[in-house]
Amino acid sequence: MSDAHVSKLRIPLVPEDRTYKQISEDVLDTLEQPPTKAWLAGFSLSALIMTIGFLVIGYEITTGIGTWGLNKTVGWSWDITNFVFWVGIGHAGTLISAILLIFRQRWRTAINRAAEAMTIFAVACAGLFPLIHAGRPWLLYWVFPYPNTLGPLWVNFRSPLLWDVFAISTYLTVSLVFWYMGLLPDLASVRDRTKSKLRKVLYGLACFGWNGSTRTWHHFEVLSLILAGLATPLVLSVHTIVSMDFATSVIPGWHTTIFPPYFVAGAIFSGFAMVCTLLIITRKVMNWENYITVDHIDAMCKVITLTGTMVGLAYGTEFFIAWYSGNPYEKYAFINRAFGPYWWAYWSMISCNVISPQFFWFKKLRRNMTFVFIISIFVNIGMWFERFVIITTSLHRDFLPSSWAMYSPTWVEIWTFIGTFGLFFTLFFLFIRILPGIAVAEVKSVYRYARNNK
Amino acid sequence: MRKDFIIATFDDDEKVLHATEKAVDKKISIYDIFTPFPVHGLDEAMGIKRSILPYVTLLAGAAGLMTAIALQVYTSAIDWPMNIGGKPANSIPAFIPVSFELTVLFGAHTTVAAFLVLNKLFPGKKPVIIDPAQTEDKFIMAIEKDGNNVDDITKLLSDEGAINVEVKNIDLNP
Repeated sequence: MSDAHVSKLRIPLVPEDRTYKQISEDVLDTLEQPPTKAWLAGFSLSALIMTIGFLVIGYEITTGIGTWGLNKTVGWSWDITNFVFWVGIGHAGTLISAILLIFRQRWRTAINRAAEAMTIFAVACAGLFPLIHAGRPWLLYWVFPYPNTLGPLWVNFRSPLLWDVFAISTYLTVSLVFWYMGLLPDLASVRDRTKSKLRKVLYGLACFGWNGSTRTWHHFEVLSLILAGLATPLVLSVHTIVSMDFATSVIPGWHTTIFPPYFVAGAIFSGFAMVCTLLIITRKVMNWENYITVDHIDAMCKVITLTGTMVGLAYGTEFFIAWYSGNPYEKYAFINRAFGPYWWAYWSMISCNVISPQFFWFKKLRRNMTFVFIISIFVNIGMWFERFVIITTSLHRDFLPSSWAMYSPTWVEIWTFIGTFGLFFTLFFLFIRILPGIAVAEVKSVYRYARNNK
Repeated sequence: MRKDFIIATFDDDEKVLHATEKAVDKKISIYDIFTPFPVHGLDEAMGIKRSILPYVTLLAGAAGLMTAIALQVYTSAIDWPMNIGGKPANSIPAFIPVSFELTVLFGAHTTVAAFLVLNKLFPGKKPVIIDPAQTEDKFIMAIEKDGNNVDDITKLLSDEGAINVEVKNIDLNP
């Protein structure tokens, strides 16, 4: 790559000097070695939690959703909170792989593979919640418009919940093929490097017979750009539609026009925090500190501060409009949020989401991995509380004081949620063992970037 | 099908790009270059014509959009109109989200399918691998031997920094 137009201020994306062969070795050799003790421990723990989660889900499905803490007033709470939480986390992967590709942010190459994998796993976790809440998950195909013998009774295309079905299915499948197409060159590299016959056959099948022909690369680059162009509005549409699940209703606290941008900013905020959480561990455990550098984490922290501040602005705007609208129900919903029985959830949300990202104005803190790790956990907690606050506090005190109620989760709900963390981490641990966790070919293609400036 | 090829091995992406430009200047037609990562400008230097994938996306996306509109209008307004919140049966603004999603769904998956078909990539395909390092750190240029002067090309490519140039018999359908 020519360096002619690269600013002298830029620094190389891979700090230490490496040959192309060494880059392959650094990333792909781990796939050939037996798993480390740390990996085995992490994987076993995640798999155990996942198993408990699935047993609890099995109990819930055979017994019914009466095992949840819902009541007539709070008709959905824990499940939809977790659905929105996981979908939101998924947004960071597509943002890194698609939006940053369009903006030609070359630093994304080292982290896009892992972030996209995280997206897919997070969306899979999210999908579990509507599936379970359907009560009879074997009838879930009813959400699709297929010719049936019930009339035919079609689905209601005016319902945002149905839009969700289309948005989430499109998002999951498009992210999956985008990710998999990007994997082909690296899978081929594993096939050609491995000494094991079995791996040669398996990776040979998985890479679709990739051989690095320039003709294929030409189509490949056009394909990446097209998929990025499609995924960019797609990722914005997904959380827009998720926010419409609430915004198109008439419930005070939900019926606001700022929901789509507010939710999208929150999704990117939580997603980048989760990417930081995962990658700070991964770079250490896998010895990838030369690829996933402190500069990557630094850049992601800036995005966290930007989106966290946008979320903070949205909280303020909501309060202002609740007062300015003169609508007593709207006003009450917000006073109840901050000072009602769920005040602790509201203030947890404010401190985690609005205050904690402000530390990242300081470069020293952005480059302190332990500190970033801690803040990223806080952001994740805060964003979970945001969804809980929006959903539960808006519902639990409705128009008739006689029907006011409180909601608290049962052990079944809590374990279902913990179980999805087990699922998420089990998938991530498997991913890091079986597939190239860094896009090797892409890192090689940016290796020369700004190298002469050193 | 087996054919004789002049195979030049490079270990540097800039050198292979220069060599390609030089070879194309001399009207030597290059069969293909196998590289571990996309070398920018190499496709252009080789004279590969622009990919048709964007047109596939456009057509598939348009098909997705029309499918979505037809599906929603037919089911909601023609086949079984229902009064939902007093909204008109043919409530076009409410149909926009699904129309957008199906446009993207059709566009993306058809483009990926077209990419695989155009490059004949599928599980179980036996690829042409000249050197296993072509997916790691070597850039392999293949030029058909027929109609070319082996000595001239060897000299040209060696001068351009090829670490090895040799004639190899390659099975194109392994």
